[in-house]
Amino acid sequence: MTQQDTFFILAPVAEGRAEELESLLHSMTLKPGLADPENALVPFGRFDQLHVARFFLVEANTWRDIEAYGQEPQPYPMQLAFLGDVDGDRQTFLKELMVHCADGLMEVFSHCEGVDQGTDLLRWMEDHNVRESANYINTRGRTVRQVHEEAALAAALHDELANVVNARGSADPFEIHKRLVDYVRRERASGVLHLTPPARTTLRERLANWIDLISLPLILLMISPLLLLALPFFVIRLRMHERSDPEILPRPADARIADLGRYEDHDVTNPFSAFGDVKPGPFRRMIATAALYLVNYSARHIFGRGYLTRVQTIHFARWVFLDGKRRVMFCSNYDGAVESYMDDFVNKVAWGLNLVFSNGVGYPSTRFLIKGGAEQEDKFKRYLRNRQLPTQVWYKAYPGLTARDMARNSEIRKGLEKRPNGAKALRNWLSKI
Amino acid sequence: MSKTPNIPSDPVEFDDMQGLIRFGHGALVEAEFILCTVKDPVAAGDWLRAAPVTSAKTLDSPPDTALQVAFTAAGLSVFGLSDNATSGFAQPFLSGMAGEDSRSRRLGDTGQNAPENWLWDGAKAHLLVMLYARKGGLADWKQEVLNSDFTAAFTQAHSFPTRPNEGVEPFGFRDGISEPKVDWKNTHPPSKHGREDYSNLISPGEVILGHRNEYNARSGSPLLDASVPGRDALAQAPGVPELRDLGRNGSYLVFRQLAQDVPGFWRYMDAASEGDPTRRDALAAKMVGRERDGTPLISGRRDIEGSPRSNDFTYEDDVNGVSCPLGAHIRRANPRTGDHPHQLEGRIGWLLSTLGFRRRRDKLPGRHDLVASTRFHRLVRRGRVYGPKLTPEDSVKNDAKTEERGLLFICLCADLVRQFEFVQNAWIASPKFNGLTGEADPLLGGRTPVSGVASDGFSIQKADGIEERHTPLPQFVTLKGGGYFFLPGLRALQFIARHGR
Repeated sequence: MTQQDTFFILAPVAEGRAEELESLLHSMTLKPGLADPENALVPFGRFDQLHVARFFLVEANTWRDIEAYGQEPQPYPMQLAFLGDVDGDRQTFLKELMVHCADGLMEVFSHCEGVDQGTDLLRWMEDHNVRESANYINTRGRTVRQVHEEAALAAALHDELANVVNARGSADPFEIHKRLVDYVRRERASGVLHLTPPARTTLRERLANWIDLISLPLILLMISPLLLLALPFFVIRLRMHERSDPEILPRPADARIADLGRYEDHDVTNPFSAFGDVKPGPFRRMIATAALYLVNYSARHIFGRGYLTRVQTIHFARWVFLDGKRRVMFCSNYDGAVESYMDDFVNKVAWGLNLVFSNGVGYPSTRFLIKGGAEQEDKFKRYLRNRQLPTQVWYKAYPGLTARDMARNSEIRKGLEKRPNGAKALRNWLSKI
Repeated sequence: MSKTPNIPSDPVEFDDMQGLIRFGHGALVEAEFILCTVKDPVAAGDWLRAAPVTSAKTLDSPPDTALQVAFTAAGLSVFGLSDNATSGFAQPFLSGMAGEDSRSRRLGDTGQNAPENWLWDGAKAHLLVMLYARKGGLADWKQEVLNSDFTAAFTQAHSFPTRPNEGVEPFGFRDGISEPKVDWKNTHPPSKHGREDYSNLISPGEVILGHRNEYNARSGSPLLDASVPGRDALAQAPGVPELRDLGRNGSYLVFRQLAQDVPGFWRYMDAASEGDPTRRDALAAKMVGRERDGTPLISGRRDIEGSPRSNDFTYEDDVNGVSCPLGAHIRRANPRTGDHPHQLEGRIGWLLSTLGFRRRRDKLPGRHDLVASTRFHRLVRRGRVYGPKLTPEDSVKNDAKTEERGLLFICLCADLVRQFEFVQNAWIASPKFNGLTGEADPLLGGRTPVSGVASDGFSIQKADGIEERHTPLPQFVTLKGGGYFFLPGLRALQFIARHGR
């Protein structure tokens, strides 16, 4: 399995340069927010290991909310975020990025504090890279190359199937399958179609994965007597917090919603970028840390084959603690409009949202960490929209493809390489083409 | 426990509600809608105060006529409502159906359907007057309602005559069969509506503002503080005695003029089926999801809460779309899904489903849980048809005239974004609905690429696994204009009418 990595470079924007930076970012796009893959500054389309990437300006909209929790609010400086998801490792990608577009990157990052012509940009980027606390990948190990190859395969089979049926009818699915296999073999031999075999998982990777898999249950098992003892105190403390934590849910300004809308729905997938404050105090910080650890663990070992619980529309999602766990960044890439995305979450995994986001300042009140909260649809949407930021530049390596499309294309390939068992399964496979 | 108060099941006040919310005025076969602008706000207020607006009260015998009125956001400000009175209205209502490019993009109002090609834009007008009467009664009723006071107060910007249609839409299909049943008694919380499986019952707050909705919360409503003069005419906001509820018992009304190319539709079906009338009807039925007489293509019946026997079906028995195509119009407009995708077996089954562990069952195309919880996206439809009738048989003849005809699509909902816009965006216009690709609603689709993806196809799933594909489909329906309106409660109507003074 190909290992995948992330990068997230975050740096404060130099005083008075934000406007200039925003118009520079704008120059990289075809439509508001939608990156030109061939833009002169960072030609994303040239990097065949890059799945998604984005630049956005981090403006802290809700930093004052913490006042309601008896804390002195501190403004955050405006920052520039640059993040993405790659096949292979981050270092290799950043190096390659420097090889192909050092000048463009310099032009963008020269708007950040402490960057000038003499800066070693690669080093600077590594220094400003922030590791995630939790990362979700729709289908782990599926490379950009694989996505493209399988999409081309599906499109070719779609046409060829029509030819086969026209010539021979549809009575014998085994015969159709055989003809399609032959067709693909010919096309591969002549170099029209490519199907790169998946990278083998090395023994070392397998071992590391296995240790990672059992370590959490093992540790939990070992400390379970302690956890059991602590549970009543935890629940009492939690309920006290849940009863007293204020909700701060003003209606987002209409103009802001309209502005966010400008960047949305230019592709079937949209980016979501948001920053929020963590509720003050070690108790909430501890829950947030544990919750994100759990999300990360389950994303690695349980979800990662197309589903995040019941939600199948997310390509990549990431949660990152910042400023000494005072803030969390949440970024995702999802299919459909933002309203459908929020509805999908509210209706399918309100409990999961609560587990993570209820540790955020102003969140709709929860009961026992998983009940309430996002079940209050209107309040939850306000919470999220108040924290959402426009994504000035967003790139996706496979425009027009949803997560479901990619899953279907993979199923088509799988059925081609290993014939589905029996006529019924074969018909089902044909229906996907 | 939590700070969310349990929403009391307050009784619904039919005498404060416009009749259209509860009744389709089906017996009043004649109707005309008039879009007006206000010439003189004071005179307009006088006319409105005296206007015989029909309430939703049950009468001893059905009325012979009905009148309903609805306002645009501009209309409310003409009547003197300031921003602090209207800021509580939903953002799409305030901004208008064509208010932002992003909205047009979401609704699929691009290409031929784009606002720049519209004949009228609701947001530019102020008031929508809706007149209904029994057969032969409309002319008199119009004269009575649109009296000299009306003429002095309003300019008619656009008038929409309609045609009695006996429940058949212009393409020739029986229409208006699937309507959600509003649980007006509101005695059960929504969780008792059978939410795990599909149910046809919806809470009142899905249609009227200020009442309990399917999320067991109060539907959003503009509430007025003491700074707004004259607000004492309004009901107190439930639970917040210092505020008054302008939206209570009102609803948002969505109005879209959908021109239907009836000859174009039937000629396409005719050509695609090589002139065979039986196959022609069958192809059209596949696109609609019903036969012309309304019989659904799904034959298995299920018990569905709040649904008439003839409409008791879900797509659970047709997950691969072999009976009713996955992208058929009725399947898009109402996917009939419950909150959980599978028949649940006990608590363990529920838990596994919630955690997303039952995906082995999702191998079939129609069962991958992409479209769930239909109950949050229901619309109460109140449309009428316009233009001369043309039968399918006459449509395919060479001399069939392309005339102005179609549907005045009207629907009511309490949340424009979650209900109307969601249905239009995620279900009707989306080329990726239910795992499909490259096709939008076969009837309503605008055929232009949506979010960069082609939308002009239509696929019919077959038992042998070989899809029958119709690409490119011509455009059969064109949007000629549209608007978002507020259909106020009767107290609110009096408040608005008096406000201008």
